[in-house]
Amino acid sequence: MSAEIFLQFDFPSILLGSLAALCCGLLGNFLVLRRQSLMGDAISHVVLPGIVLGFLITGTLDSLPMMLGAGFAALVSVGLIELVRRLGKVEPGAAMGVVFTSMFAAGVLLLEQTGASGVHIDVEHALYGNLESAIWLEAAAWGDLLRPEILATLPVSVLRLVVVNMAVIAFILAFYKELKLVSFDPLFADTLGISSKLVGTLLIVMVAVAAVAAFDAVGSILVIAMFICPAATARLLTDRLSTQLVLSGVVAFSSGIIGYVFAAFGPVWLGHDMSVSAAGMIAVVAGLIQVVAMVFAPRYGVIARRRMQRA
Amino acid sequence: MDQAANTGGRGLKEAGQSATLDPKSPFSVSGLTVAYDRKPVLWNASFTAPEGELTAIVGPNGAGKSTFLKGSLGLIPKLSGEVGVFGRPIDEARRDIAYVPQRSSVDWDFPATALDVVTMGLYRRIGWLRWPGRRDKERAHEMLALVGMEAFADRQIGQLSGGQQQRVFLARALAQDARVYLMDEPFAGVDAATERAIVDVLKKLLSEGKTVLVVHHDLETVPVYFSHVLFLNGGTVAAGPVADAFTAENLQKTYGGRLAATQLAALDEAAAMKG
Repeated sequence: MSAEIFLQFDFPSILLGSLAALCCGLLGNFLVLRRQSLMGDAISHVVLPGIVLGFLITGTLDSLPMMLGAGFAALVSVGLIELVRRLGKVEPGAAMGVVFTSMFAAGVLLLEQTGASGVHIDVEHALYGNLESAIWLEAAAWGDLLRPEILATLPVSVLRLVVVNMAVIAFILAFYKELKLVSFDPLFADTLGISSKLVGTLLIVMVAVAAVAAFDAVGSILVIAMFICPAATARLLTDRLSTQLVLSGVVAFSSGIIGYVFAAFGPVWLGHDMSVSAAGMIAVVAGLIQVVAMVFAPRYGVIARRRMQRA
Repeated sequence: MDQAANTGGRGLKEAGQSATLDPKSPFSVSGLTVAYDRKPVLWNASFTAPEGELTAIVGPNGAGKSTFLKGSLGLIPKLSGEVGVFGRPIDEARRDIAYVPQRSSVDWDFPATALDVVTMGLYRRIGWLRWPGRRDKERAHEMLALVGMEAFADRQIGQLSGGQQQRVFLARALAQDARVYLMDEPFAGVDAATERAIVDVLKKLLSEGKTVLVVHHDLETVPVYFSHVLFLNGGTVAAGPVADAFTAENLQKTYGGRLAATQLAALDEAAAMKG
């Protein structure tokens, strides 16, 4: 395989998958610690009706109206979840389950009924994303990776994820201690005058931004997996939040790379001539890494705990 | 029910506020009414904490002791009631108040060390958009030393014993350097070493002129550790100096027939101390 083909077709897809995984994976730490893992799930599902609505209203496939629609749907769903939780007097998980499945189903109905599925936002795209469609025809040689004017011609979905990742990292760095405090002891945070509600809302807004940007690239399955798997894996490997954040980032980003490589080239190595869904494979790899961590983690792994019990 | 509680609460508020809030008291609560799911847990509770004194909050299970602390701190919604910290509303006096929640209120599997948790007591002072510095960490170390936990600074909190976890919470409150300390059952289920450490901390706080309110379960030690007592059972039953208020009559009124013989023994002890 020549550098040119790799740079033009594989590199942007790898970048897209890895960056989508990274921004979701980092925020996922706080969702998992706050026992809100389902929130990532919920938001990534409700993005679908938002995107469809954005398309129906504007009639274009421009990313801006779609992202606005998706962001709007995410906020509506957060409000609805709170409403169902209060009025229905059910636990938050149940409220999320009710809201996101109904909104996702509404999105599917909208797609089928309005003919929006004739264009490229079909259900399959919603589930698995469109990783492989990212191409970077301007790239011709490895040296192009260092040339800003060529880098600027990367697909807009990649550039958007670069921006979102920078925003997510800046958010976590800026509010690290508040996120930590509010995730550990929200009541105590409130007694300090650090509003747990405010910090929690900021987190959900960032989750919505990451989910929308990532959904567009890799679909809802990968988004859900990336909010939870890297954080849960990293938690098994360390007892420090800062280390956990770094590890989750490494796990997320490398799942993106390994998953794509397996999906694109794995079947060929096995003698098939078709590649498989990269987004699906990335989620599978993230899941496998988690299984490995569950078995071999130094303190919390199955083997280590067996050994401790025996000792 | 809800409606009744609301109007009742409003009536109380109009009738009873400010007039009963002592601006000189470090912590005064007037007409506090709190309901969970329309069931009132606390009805018209009032208390004026004496400055520089150690007050035990006692009452049977479900009497609303924790609710009294949480409601007055604004951590759970209240139907009515006024809270004053040296005459100021609680939201303007956050830095003067330190709260020690029940140990069971958090997930101790959280990826944090004892030092991390104690440093959280300094977060307000550190301010938004800033990270704890070297001095903050030094101060957190000092606070851990005060509760005899300096050797465990880098230990993940889940690997501490219950008593050690309680001491970490105490150290976090000490780090706040507040004027009023509200503690929710710090003595619950702790080992002897921790009990001693808590008592030492309480003495230290008193010697510095701080005001301390402690939700307490063990009636026997009320006269030993505390100078004042607040009896709660769905509302204020009685309050005052232990010497005057810690009587069989008040205990009976608060606990009804549920008072055990061992608890009554505490009264004898109190009487002995008075005599």
